[in-house]
Amino acid sequence: MKAELEQIRREAEQVLACVSNLQDLSNFRVEYLGKKGKLTQVLRGMGTLPLEERPKIGQLANEIRAYLEEEIEKRKKVLEEEALSQRLRDEVIDVTMPGRRHYRGKLHPLNIVLNEIKDIFLGMGFEIAEGPEVEWDYYNFEALNIPKNHPARDTQDTFYITENILLRTHTSPTQIRVMERQKPPIKIIVPGRVYRSDAVDATHSPIFHQVEGLVIDKNITMCDLKGVLDVFAKEMFGPQTKTQFRPHHFPFTEPSAEMDVSCTTCGGKGCRVCSYTGWIEILGAGMVHPKVLQYGGIDPEQYSGFAFGMGLDRITNLKYGIDDIRLLFENDIRFLEQF
Amino acid sequence: MLVPLKWLKEYVEIDVPVEQLAHSLTMTGTKVEGITKQGEGISNVVVGKICEIHPHPNADKLVVCHVDVGDRKLQIVTGAPNVKEGQLVPVALDGATLPGGHKIKATTLRGVESYGMLCSGQELGLTDEDYPGAEVDGILILQEEYPLGMDIREALGLDDQVLEFEITSNRPDCLSVVGIAREASVALNSPFEPPHIEVKPGVGDVNAEAKVLVQDPDLCPRYCARVVKDVKVGPSPLWMQRRLASAGVRPINNIVDITNYVMLEMGQPMHAFDLDKVAGRTIVVRRARDGEKLVTLDDKERVLNGDMLVIADIEKPIGLAGVMGGANTEITDGTKNILLESALFDRGIVRKTSKALGIRSEASLRFEKGLDIHNAMAALDRAAQLIQELGAGTVVEGVIDVCHGSLENRVLEISWKRVNGLLGINLSADEMADVLRRLEFKVEVKGEYMRIEVPSFRQDIEGVADIAEEVARIYGYNNIPMTLMEGTVTRGRKTGRQKLMDRVKEVLVGTGLYEVVTYSFTSPRVYESIGITDPQLIPKTVKILNPLGEDQSIMRTTLIPSLLEVLSRNRNRGMERCQIFEIGPAFLPKSLPLEDLPEEKPLLTIAEYGPDIDYYDLKGKIEVLLDEFGLLAEAEFVPHVHPTFHPGRTALLKLNGRETGLLGEVHPKVAQNYQLEERILVAELELDVLLNSAKEERKYRPLPKYPAVERDLALVVKKEVLSAQVERCIRELGGQLLEKVELFDVYEGAQIPEGYKSLAYSLSYRASDRTLTDEEINALHDSIVKGLEERLGARLR
Repeated sequence: MKAELEQIRREAEQVLACVSNLQDLSNFRVEYLGKKGKLTQVLRGMGTLPLEERPKIGQLANEIRAYLEEEIEKRKKVLEEEALSQRLRDEVIDVTMPGRRHYRGKLHPLNIVLNEIKDIFLGMGFEIAEGPEVEWDYYNFEALNIPKNHPARDTQDTFYITENILLRTHTSPTQIRVMERQKPPIKIIVPGRVYRSDAVDATHSPIFHQVEGLVIDKNITMCDLKGVLDVFAKEMFGPQTKTQFRPHHFPFTEPSAEMDVSCTTCGGKGCRVCSYTGWIEILGAGMVHPKVLQYGGIDPEQYSGFAFGMGLDRITNLKYGIDDIRLLFENDIRFLEQF
Repeated sequence: MLVPLKWLKEYVEIDVPVEQLAHSLTMTGTKVEGITKQGEGISNVVVGKICEIHPHPNADKLVVCHVDVGDRKLQIVTGAPNVKEGQLVPVALDGATLPGGHKIKATTLRGVESYGMLCSGQELGLTDEDYPGAEVDGILILQEEYPLGMDIREALGLDDQVLEFEITSNRPDCLSVVGIAREASVALNSPFEPPHIEVKPGVGDVNAEAKVLVQDPDLCPRYCARVVKDVKVGPSPLWMQRRLASAGVRPINNIVDITNYVMLEMGQPMHAFDLDKVAGRTIVVRRARDGEKLVTLDDKERVLNGDMLVIADIEKPIGLAGVMGGANTEITDGTKNILLESALFDRGIVRKTSKALGIRSEASLRFEKGLDIHNAMAALDRAAQLIQELGAGTVVEGVIDVCHGSLENRVLEISWKRVNGLLGINLSADEMADVLRRLEFKVEVKGEYMRIEVPSFRQDIEGVADIAEEVARIYGYNNIPMTLMEGTVTRGRKTGRQKLMDRVKEVLVGTGLYEVVTYSFTSPRVYESIGITDPQLIPKTVKILNPLGEDQSIMRTTLIPSLLEVLSRNRNRGMERCQIFEIGPAFLPKSLPLEDLPEEKPLLTIAEYGPDIDYYDLKGKIEVLLDEFGLLAEAEFVPHVHPTFHPGRTALLKLNGRETGLLGEVHPKVAQNYQLEERILVAELELDVLLNSAKEERKYRPLPKYPAVERDLALVVKKEVLSAQVERCIRELGGQLLEKVELFDVYEGAQIPEGYKSLAYSLSYRASDRTLTDEEINALHDSIVKGLEERLGARLR
């Protein structure tokens, strides 16, 4: 019987060496170690053995079983490893083929840029105010020191709804509305849509967008105006950006200024975009006119402030190198998906 | 405002390059928009004399000229019909360039050698305004003697540079060469010398020649007049014509040119009347009478009214005060005696008149900005002086001066510390006074205050802020330091509503929609385009009085037409998919005619088409949005009929019973109106209802500890039964233990009777405190089936 067992071991060793897949391995286990397996068959014959031999044979049989179990496990690991490698080889795909498309939309470029502007000013302690697009003549002109028949009204060709109601020509009326409802300190920006009776071309649109700013507090100076706007320019167009302030005139600020930034295309060397001046005008600003403070119910002897206004469409176009304002309103998907 | 550099240099010393002058002026507030170099592009073109003309041996239409260009004689072939021996002409030599980059080379024309080209006015880039006769067909024939071989640019006065200024409305004094010269002298810190004005004694007495009556003194603070007799109307000298042309004013005749010259030089508009045509030789300044008519110098008949100021004689209007003269007293070749007007008119009335009649003249542009009361007299004398110098007529002795305005200069008391305070700089009183004195202010420093007398040409200076600007612009804006505000700290933040708005957009973008921006005015016909034809259903709109066109004449009450247009445009351009949204206000009048501002109600509008886009895609997007704001459970989608939409594929969205908006497939006819053939999905929601209902609070619910059990339920119901009804029923019947109900299949057809449909739901049961037993679930599930049978006539499939 011992010889029989040794025979099984040898035979099993030979067979196992030839097992080449997991199924065969599983069959092998059944064939040798299963309930009707060869080893079990042999052990069934134990009853015929003399009593004193039984433990020895039993021990040998267990040794062989344990040995075979171990060998099977080893073999199994090898085969599994091989099978996995094979699967991985079979599953090679062309990773350069296009991905399955997931549709995600995008914000309009005007609002992408507006969000940037908002973030810059929120970071400097500004709040965001809003005002109506259909506005009283009073807020749009009178209270901003532009009385009826003032020549400054020419530069803002106005759409009228009635004699006293119009489509706001700038976001500045919100300055007065905020002053009326809020005591200083005031630090706001006012983004919004504005209207001027301009025929459409590459640089003009009867509807466009502005971002207004207003700061009123005690001891606000022109240095603060310059400082805040310089920070804005550097945040918006990059830390290398330079600013330059030129005297200008607006009825609602005095002194008034226009701010240029070093050309965003050539960096100031001079190119087509900046008409070879190295500078690009991006906003108007100034110290709030004392009369405007009075219209807003704020004492100009106690408080001072500055205001600024920029064209969002223009800044967006500058930032992305868009050369025609009409593209912003056409909403061609091939345009919108670029931002 | 165009200013030739040579003219400017008469009043101010300029020894820097023109670019530096332009920069200095710009940085002190007189903005230079551009510099034009006259004669740019012309080189090697000289004055030549045609000595001999011979016929061309091989061509009838060409002639061969022998031209003396000073140091040599050249043979030049030309085809021009107007050349004669003895004429002086521009000669482009071999190697010359003409404007536009044309190069001239010696060549052979039909067998005859030609060593250059005789030039026409056009070839030199000239018009009649630059040089008389420049536009004739043929060669430019020079009208004066010049040395032969002289550079043509010098001969024609084309060697000047013209600066173009943007003058802001507060600085009418800078709408003049003298005004700019004054600024340049401050900017460059170099001497300023205004024209020396001196009128030689005249003949007779002006008061015997004419009278001036000002009936509305508040509208005409000053009227100055002189009379000139025996005028000889003719062309003005070339130098004056060239200066006017360079400054953009068309030369007309010596008298008109002198008035224009003085206006450009000194900023005071002037007018000359043919005195013999002024009835009663009396000037009356008065309001026009309603319905009165006047033919202005541009030959247009104007109907006047009492809001306009006219210059009249004793019978009729002869000019629009400060705007334009009348044809009835125009200077003509036959004019003998003239009256020169130099006046100050009220800014408001000039502007009103010019606006009402649509005339914007050089004169009205200046008057409406406020002129210098002293300058009126100075300019009148300057004109008289020029008339004498040019020998254009005999000036009558004396001036008529009807002055009701104050000749006193404005005086301000300004704290110089306050000026420093506004600017954030620290100038001493003397430094500040010095800056102001350079600008011709008279300043006395008295302790903390400066007593400032404002020059009469600076009507714009009214208070401390104006003085601060004067100081700052000369001190240099770029010398003012940069600081960030001190004082109260403010918190920069968005309001809750602004944050919600950002999230709405974020969610929509996440569902695949592109944000668009469209015009907020539109055509009144859009309602028809979106199928709303019943006048009762067309909303009241806010109308623009002066729209760019009918198509942009009302403020929109819905964004749907604008978005359909965008879809249409994209479809036309071949896009197979377009999914967009816009947030913008509807303008809703509270009453008509408008007495108050309209309501601006923000709308959220979505529009889309594409291969996989249908009603359920759109509804899915809106459900994502509702879910974001915790509103999915409150939402109810009710079948709805609206003329813009497909009658069977449209829902009204209600949130807690409040109507929030519509969503659905666009009616095929409406889609067709926008040249769209595919299924178009549109939703329009009132954003405020959504934002006001938004539930921002989130509370954690523990994750389930016990397993869920899923059971499917396939029902057959009548076609009209809505899935929402079925679902509501299931939920009611299922109670607490029913965790989830999901519709996973809808089927009509074989095995289902006509008029019925099959709905298959997956139900998920769970208790939070135990594992449910089969018995419990079976009982509940059976009761749901039974309930559905009873309530909706549903049968198990």
